[in-house]
Amino acid sequence: MTEEKDFSQYAHPDALVSTDWVAQHKDDPSVVLLESNEDVLLYETGHIPGAQKIDWHTDLNDPVTRDFLGPQQFAAFASAKGITPDTTVVFYGDKSNWWAAYALWVFTLFGHRDLRLMDGGRQKWAAEGRELVTEVQTPASVSYPTPAQRDDSTFRAFREDVLAHFGKPMIDVRSPLEYSGERTHMEGYEQEGALRGGHIPSAASVPWAKAANEDGTFRSRAELEAIYTEQAGLGQAEEVIAYCRIGERSSHTWFVLQHLLGYDNVRNYDGSWTEWGNAVRLPIATGEEPGEVPGA
Amino acid sequence: MSQAPTPQGDAAARRLPEQLAEVVEEFAELEDRQKLELLLEFSRELPELPARYLNSYDQMEEVVECQSPLFLTLEYDDAAGTAAIFFAAPPEAPTTRGFAAILHEGLSGLRFEEILAVPEDLSERLGLSKAITPLRLRGMTAMLGRIKRNIRVHLAASAPVQGG
Repeated sequence: MTEEKDFSQYAHPDALVSTDWVAQHKDDPSVVLLESNEDVLLYETGHIPGAQKIDWHTDLNDPVTRDFLGPQQFAAFASAKGITPDTTVVFYGDKSNWWAAYALWVFTLFGHRDLRLMDGGRQKWAAEGRELVTEVQTPASVSYPTPAQRDDSTFRAFREDVLAHFGKPMIDVRSPLEYSGERTHMEGYEQEGALRGGHIPSAASVPWAKAANEDGTFRSRAELEAIYTEQAGLGQAEEVIAYCRIGERSSHTWFVLQHLLGYDNVRNYDGSWTEWGNAVRLPIATGEEPGEVPGA
Repeated sequence: MSQAPTPQGDAAARRLPEQLAEVVEEFAELEDRQKLELLLEFSRELPELPARYLNSYDQMEEVVECQSPLFLTLEYDDAAGTAAIFFAAPPEAPTTRGFAAILHEGLSGLRFEEILAVPEDLSERLGLSKAITPLRLRGMTAMLGRIKRNIRVHLAASAPVQGG
């Protein structure tokens, strides 16, 4: 086991917890663990004792509109998981917390206060030989009051917001080949293609996984600053938009920029390339260069 | 082989090899949540690799279309005209293991022409697309495609050229 990382290096240290912290606090009545994986069966093979499953595909999306849950559906979902507005909700999952970050971001839209990621995710917990169980505990019977709204403006961007944002920094977190336009999909996700390959003009390319170490934990603040603040040119930007293909990989980057580096106003454009790449009258850029701001 | 008649609809379902049809029926009868449970059971039952392949994944073919590492290889019995299929996938990828186990149970040991005739939409016939996003099912389609390609390559390389 490596030495525990000091979370105080990050802008919002409270947004992260260690595997040790989870081991100590998982049974606290004020704590609910949610496992969110890319592999929909992984939770069933074993999870942290007491953790509930969250399935991004069936739990977080509205089945009819291409959108997330509404406030009422969210309240019902949170209640069913034993969550109240005062609960400390800790997300973790496979693939460097990719889907865990996505679930956390969706919870953020509903204004839930205390949301955290377990650094290193499921991989680190398992690598440390910690307990995994198949038993599913019945959540506490609680009622989450319906939030006043789903805030779609503070941390979420729509295509109109992206158009208005031109001239300010944007991060494309997809793979280099998707960015350049040689591929219209991510490797292994051929059905999620777009008509055009390329990226939103002026967006810098920083594949999301650059923020993670081999063991699934986040890189140090100094490393993250070198990647985003310097190489990607975010500098001291006040507003940043991140996007990917449908908004899940960019949730991971959103978490890094918002909570670990402390950028004030980071929005995730969840329409992402599946919308932009297919939309009528929206400009794109191809190749490895970011390209010019349209109309500049 | 491409000239083989392409059966449609129910006719195609009837023509699935028996061991594969049984798997498809098992899934078809279940509600979505139970389908996932069955897939999990399959993932647990994926046979271990024979010792001769252990620690030698480089002898196997990687199915890069799968989100998680998956390797497969075929062994041919030309006298019987059948192929045995072997898969390897890590325990952290139960969905991928489940797909592999379905193909193992449904296809391994069948005759070449039976495997080649399996319809491409096999993953849809399992009715999993509501519980598992359609794009995740893509990995299974890719596995099937690679199995068929291996058999075609094997036939082209080993069989004497015949007319017709």
